[in-house]
Amino acid sequence: MAMTGVLRPGHAQVRVLDLEEGVKFYRDVLGLVETGRDAQGRVYLKCWDERDHNSVILRQADRAGIDFFAFKVLDKATLEKLDSDLRAYGVATERIPAGEMLATGERVRFEIPSGHKIELYAEKNQVGNGLQVLNPAPWTPASEKGVAPVRLDHTLLYGPNIAAVQKLFTEVLGFYLVERVLTPDGNGNAAIWLSCSHKVHDIAFVEHPEPGKLHHVSFMLESWEEVLRAADIMAMNNVPLDIGPTRHGVTRGCTIYAWDPSGNRFETFMGGYQPYPDYEPTTWTFDGLGAGGGLDYPQRKLHETFLTVVS
Amino acid sequence: MPSFEIRISESGECFPCDSGQSVLEGMARLGRRGIPLGCRGGGCGVCKVEVVSGRFERKAMSRSHVSEEDEALGRVLACRIFPASDLELKVIGSMRRAVLGGESPKGFEK
Repeated sequence: MAMTGVLRPGHAQVRVLDLEEGVKFYRDVLGLVETGRDAQGRVYLKCWDERDHNSVILRQADRAGIDFFAFKVLDKATLEKLDSDLRAYGVATERIPAGEMLATGERVRFEIPSGHKIELYAEKNQVGNGLQVLNPAPWTPASEKGVAPVRLDHTLLYGPNIAAVQKLFTEVLGFYLVERVLTPDGNGNAAIWLSCSHKVHDIAFVEHPEPGKLHHVSFMLESWEEVLRAADIMAMNNVPLDIGPTRHGVTRGCTIYAWDPSGNRFETFMGGYQPYPDYEPTTWTFDGLGAGGGLDYPQRKLHETFLTVVS
Repeated sequence: MPSFEIRISESGECFPCDSGQSVLEGMARLGRRGIPLGCRGGGCGVCKVEVVSGRFERKAMSRSHVSEEDEALGRVLACRIFPASDLELKVIGSMRRAVLGGESPKGFEK
């Protein structure tokens, strides 16, 4: 697949109720690498195998949740084109100057009909993954510390108007629909999984009355062994677990849902499959999400927290 | 670690809770079905209660779910409060439905 346009999830700015408690969790338990702190007090982290300066930014605030989720695009010309396409489509965009976030170029920010702020950017300093670019070793000490996911993989957001969100992502930003869950009456989508790549999801949405809510930010591991090791590490550190370790029917990912110390859900997962834009989307009925194993394939039940607990 | 008694006004039910344990943890350890265990970090709001009497320590909780007015009225998230005396509390929101709303009381005896 030609990788052009929107490349991949780039960063998520997550609000935490206590900054140091948040840093301790994301750095020492989840095992991200701290890469900087800015004048506003925000803390920047990245997964060990990511090459760009940051993928998770923690901001202390009086409420939990997500400030914005961003995608890296191919280059500056792509950024200009997507900004102009968004405006032509009727979406108001805002420019955030280079340097507002550490090591990060100019960002184009806009609000989508679910009430979330999405950003696009083309430039971020490449600090590398701690390995040589020439004849590299396969891993580093940082890959063994804490849960140590390899990358920020996707997010699942809850909010209204996901039909309009799907239209915007597919018609303007070049995403395609990979899987969906129908509403109970079967006439619309209750949940959508969208990809801009060869992944089962780069972003996903669930229809929900309150705008701008975070369901989870997800981090990728490379094996089921690592998912089980992640569960052990979470249990050793009294991290409250929501679901798993188990397998989703939707996307086929093998997963754990759990919460950070401020009540923001996160996921550590492995697997899935490699879709292409010409694939027919997989459809789950609303019953299929629960009894059909869409959420939890082995247990085949709809965990109540999946639909009710967001930040 | 001192242990205190937490009483639910509406039902008269009581459970013990250590000072180092959140009120929600105390409630959950009873094994009663239907206690809304959400994020346990003060972010999701599902375990909101109203403390009628008693003293407690609190950790930060999200303003999306606990306004300043709520706090003044003792309306807080059970996962973020730690007893410093016996407490009496009212169950509100989803906690009310879980504790009083026709759920089986099985397993909630002291």
